Amino acid sequence: MTTVHIPTPLRPYTADQATVQIDGDTVGAVLNNLTTTYSQLGVHLRHPDTGRLRSFVNVYLGDEDIRFLDDEDTAVPPGAELTIVPSIAGGNSTLPTLDHSEIERYSRHLILDEVGMEGQRRLKAGKVLCVGTGGLGSPLLMYLAAAGVGRIGIVDFDVVDLSNLQRQVLHSTSNIGRPKVQSAKERIHEINPHIQVDIYEEALTSDNALRILEPYDVVVDGTDNFPTRYLVNDACVLLGKPNVYGSIFKFEGQASVFNLGEGPNYRDLYPEPPPPGLVPSCAEGGVLGILPGVIGVIQATETVKILLGKGNTLSGRLLLYDALSMRFRELKLRRDPHAKPITELIDYQQFCGIPGVSAHDEDDAEAFDRIDVVEFKTRWDAGWRPYVLDVRRPAEAEIARLSFADKLQPHGEVATIAGELPRDRDIVIHCKLGGRSAKAAATLAGLGFDRVFNLEGGITAWSKTIDASIPTY
Amino acid sequence: MSTLSFAAGALKAVHAHALQGYPHEVVGILAGKNGEVTAIKALINERADSAHNRYRVSGLTVMRAEQALEAAGHTILGYYHSHPDHPARYSDYDRDHALPNLSYVIVSVDNGEIADTLSWRLRDDRSAMDPETLNLNGAAS
Repeated sequence: MTTVHIPTPLRPYTADQATVQIDGDTVGAVLNNLTTTYSQLGVHLRHPDTGRLRSFVNVYLGDEDIRFLDDEDTAVPPGAELTIVPSIAGGNSTLPTLDHSEIERYSRHLILDEVGMEGQRRLKAGKVLCVGTGGLGSPLLMYLAAAGVGRIGIVDFDVVDLSNLQRQVLHSTSNIGRPKVQSAKERIHEINPHIQVDIYEEALTSDNALRILEPYDVVVDGTDNFPTRYLVNDACVLLGKPNVYGSIFKFEGQASVFNLGEGPNYRDLYPEPPPPGLVPSCAEGGVLGILPGVIGVIQATETVKILLGKGNTLSGRLLLYDALSMRFRELKLRRDPHAKPITELIDYQQFCGIPGVSAHDEDDAEAFDRIDVVEFKTRWDAGWRPYVLDVRRPAEAEIARLSFADKLQPHGEVATIAGELPRDRDIVIHCKLGGRSAKAAATLAGLGFDRVFNLEGGITAWSKTIDASIPTY
Repeated sequence: MSTLSFAAGALKAVHAHALQGYPHEVVGILAGKNGEVTAIKALINERADSAHNRYRVSGLTVMRAEQALEAAGHTILGYYHSHPDHPARYSDYDRDHALPNLSYVIVSVDNGEIADTLSWRLRDDRSAMDPETLNLNGAAS
């Protein structure tokens, strides 16, 4: 026999008993025997159409919510106690209506019990902001538009580049050079003309973030850098909005839902950013073009579930995906009780250790020199012949290389070849954009090399300014 | 028609909570004795995603709050919530999430002012909610 605790408002149906004794091996069996014995309880505990427990009915076995055990299949040991704990919920339904063409368009949703007319109208009433219209934003925006999310905001200050099209399927070849927000808006309207699209062709900053996020129910983080990721997180915490997170690198991705209700946020996962340069960007490290498709679609799924109020979201869970091994794993996330409360937006560039534009000039402690591609060419033409060290990875050198480079050695390994490098000659170090070569230059300077130059802008600047026959990538 | 009475100050406290939360929905517990509300307990709306037209409070939170009220000698009479810029009528969503044998007071807040207050009780078969008479004599005195 199992003791079942009945909540006060339902006791009129159990002859005013606060507890009743019921048989059953599983939670589901106990509940079924309960509603057989006390038949008036049934309609209040279970939905008559689906047979499932109503969403406001929580059942505890001892002190554990059965949703975190095996739900209704949870075995009930002898002498156990079940407690029925109703949550309370409600609200008005100023939901927009659907016209006939919308009913036809969304018919595969409407026949799902979990969506139905009410759910589809909730999607239509839904307001979602997507920060970034790149790899993650592409599938996300296309599916949110197709699903009928009524109002979609998009933030991006970038223009469509040829190197985006390997993964950013929202944009097409004919849109190269155009603002991404424009290209995105047109594509969304091709998919679904019913959607209101708000475009913000600006960088999200501490000054404008609260204003831009404010009108939306859910914020989706499709950014590719740490300062913006912390900014989106902190602004969502300050405004009390859920933040649907995704990130990608090479063949691996992560996704979660932050700040939903009392759930954890990004700072509970990563209180501090990694040291600058430790985690390469996709432009430096590369990314499998399909990877953001998988992660972005997971973000779209979570967004739709939040708007519908259905299912279990990734709140409190970090989903890890590895495309090479084709495996998903999951880590538990909890609120960090020692986390400092977020009270205001800060300077996130500084927080992430990224120097501002002027910082280079003021940084006279730097132990190596910098040279731009124009000055390099001028001096080269005048007969200067420095030793040129390429610190990119071999795969990049296969795409494009400077013909006069003397050696290729990835930037993390330059110390191992210090013995081969000349100390009586100028050394110019280059990479793709100038970031990795600056680190390598600092390493060599630390080893006593005092004639080291970093080629600003890397081979990309060389291609754009000096020699267009070298492809950019 | 059943009747729900409010003691002096109790309805005022409900209205103050509704105004303070506007434009978001607020929610709380109505407690008292013999069909008269003498105490209210404001709860935190957990629906951060859509707080302007939805409320939810988890079962454990509600249970703890109710146990505290009952330990202080109160009976749980029902719940109140606000409808920002929307009439004080129950919605289908309210009905789907209601329990029988309790009063559901809905406060309509229109443009930051109290517009209407109505109370509803769920039928045994869940087919509808019926209005109940609000006795505000206590509140007015």
